[in-house]
Amino acid sequence: MRRDAWWLQPTLVFLGLGAFIVYATWAAFQGVNYAWGPYLSPLYSPLLFGPHSWFGPEPGWWPRWLVFSPALLILWAPGGFRVTCYYYRGAYYKGFWADPPNCTVREPRKTYWGERRFPLIWQNIHRYFMYLALLFLVDLFVDFVRSLRWADAAHPGRVVWGLGVGSIVLFVNWFLLSGYTLGCHSIRHLIGGGRDLLSAIPKRAQAYNCVSCLNRKHMQWAWMSLFWVAFTDFYVRMCAMGMIRDWRIF
Amino acid sequence: MAQAMFRIWRGDARGGGFQDFTVQISDGMVVLDVVHQIQAEQANDLAVRWNCKAGKCGSCSAEINGHPKLMCMTRLSSLPLDRPVTVEPMRTFPLVRDLVTDVSWNYEVKKRIKPFQPRTPDAADGTWRMDQRDVDRVQEFRKCIECFLCQDVCHVLREHQLHREYIGPRFYVHTAALEMHPLDVANRLADLRGPGGLGYCNITKCCTKVCPEGIKITDNAIIPLKERVVDEFYDPVRRLFRIFRPKPQPPPAKGAPEAEPEPTRTAASSSAPR
Repeated sequence: MRRDAWWLQPTLVFLGLGAFIVYATWAAFQGVNYAWGPYLSPLYSPLLFGPHSWFGPEPGWWPRWLVFSPALLILWAPGGFRVTCYYYRGAYYKGFWADPPNCTVREPRKTYWGERRFPLIWQNIHRYFMYLALLFLVDLFVDFVRSLRWADAAHPGRVVWGLGVGSIVLFVNWFLLSGYTLGCHSIRHLIGGGRDLLSAIPKRAQAYNCVSCLNRKHMQWAWMSLFWVAFTDFYVRMCAMGMIRDWRIF
Repeated sequence: MAQAMFRIWRGDARGGGFQDFTVQISDGMVVLDVVHQIQAEQANDLAVRWNCKAGKCGSCSAEINGHPKLMCMTRLSSLPLDRPVTVEPMRTFPLVRDLVTDVSWNYEVKKRIKPFQPRTPDAADGTWRMDQRDVDRVQEFRKCIECFLCQDVCHVLREHQLHREYIGPRFYVHTAALEMHPLDVANRLADLRGPGGLGYCNITKCCTKVCPEGIKITDNAIIPLKERVVDEFYDPVRRLFRIFRPKPQPPPAKGAPEAEPEPTRTAASSSAPR
C-alpha cells in the first residue's frame, strides 16, 4: 500500500482542470467584454456572429431561452481537442473518475470498460479535433497580427501599427497553443509515426523528429497553454471593463 | 551501523501476512541486500527470486512501499527509513510464496502474438538491407528486461483482472517492436483491437513510470499502436483513401527466414552500399 502523498497529483489535476472549466464556462456565457481595441479573447475567436464578426449580428435561429454568446459556437472544437487529448485523458481519468486514483491505488468501483465501448470509444475522434485545432492556430495568429493594428486617433478611419502588452499576451497564447497542438500524438502519427520506413520519406522524418521533440513535453505544453488561454481572456476582459489599462509599448 | 525496520510479506496462495525484521544497514545497500541479509540471518526459508543484481535480468520485481520496483535497483538511501519499509510480492500475479509470484501467464500471452514476418529478402543471398534510422525506433523496445513491473502496475490487470481480454503494456511494447520493424509485413492491428484489448488501456502512464529501463511505453508504443488501430478501424477518411492506395506487398517468398533477427546486427549490415 502506498504511503506517500499519492492523492496530491490527481487533486491538483482536479483543481486545475476544474478551475479552468468553471472560468471558461462563466466567460463563455458572458457574451460581452470579450474584445477591446484590436484585442480579441481566444475564447471568442474566431468571432462568427456579433459585432465586427465574420457573419454579422446574432443569428435569428438562436434559441430564445439560451443566452447568446459567440463563444458557445466555437468552444466545442478546442474543448473537444483537449477532452480527447491523450495526455488529458490519462490525467482526468485519475483526477475526476478515480480510474485509477493513482498508480497502484485501489479503485472505488469494480466494473471497467476502458475505451472499448460507447461513450469512451469516441475518444478515437481525436485526430479530427486536431485538424480543427490547426485551423484555430491560424486564426489565433491572425488575431495577433490584428492586435498590432490600432485605430489612428489623429486620422479617424485609418490604422497604424503599434504594440501593446495585450499583443504580447496574445502572441504568447498563440505560441503556447502551437507548442501544445503541434506536439499532439495524432500529428506525430500522421506526420510519419505511422510509417515503418521513415528513411524513405526524409522530409516527413524531419517533421516527425520535430513533433516528437515537442511531444516529449506535451504535458507541460498542455498546462501552460491552458492557463494562458484563461489568462488572455482575463486580460482582455479586464481591459474591456476598464479595470486595467493596457500599456502601449510603441 | 544504523538500523532499519523491514516489513516483508510472508505467506502463500492460502494466506499470509507481514512480518517485521530489524536489520543493520550500511551505505550503498539496496533492498535486495537487506532481503538476503534477512534470509541469511533471520528467516532462512524466505522465498525471493533474483539473479543478476544489476537490474538486467528482471527477476527481483516486488512492491516496495507500494511502488513496483526492482529490489536490486532500489537503494535504501532513496527510501524513508524512519518508518518500516514494506516489501510485498507483485499483486497482479498469483502468489507462489513470500516474494515470489507465478508470472507464467506472460509467456502464454507472448505465444499468442504473431511472430516476426519479414518481407521478401532484398538480396539474392537471402539478406535484407535496412536504414539505421528505421531500426533506431524499435531499439528502445528491445531494452525490455521482462521484469513485468509494467504488467503489475497496470490497473486493467491489477484491479480488474482482465487477463483474458488484455495483454498488458509489456506485450504492447513487444507488438510495437514487431509492428514498427522496417522488415516486418505482418498485420497485428485486428488482434490488438480484439483479443489484445488495446482499448482497455486508458493511458494512465503508470507503466512508463515504473519501467526500470526508461522505455516510454505509453508515448512510444501504446499511443502509436492506438493511432494505427484508429487508422485501420475508426477513421472513415483513411478507409476511403485505402480504396485508392496500391495493394500491400505480398507475403514473403518461400524459404525466407522466420526467426526474429537481431536488428542491431542486421542494421550493421545495412552499412553496405545500397
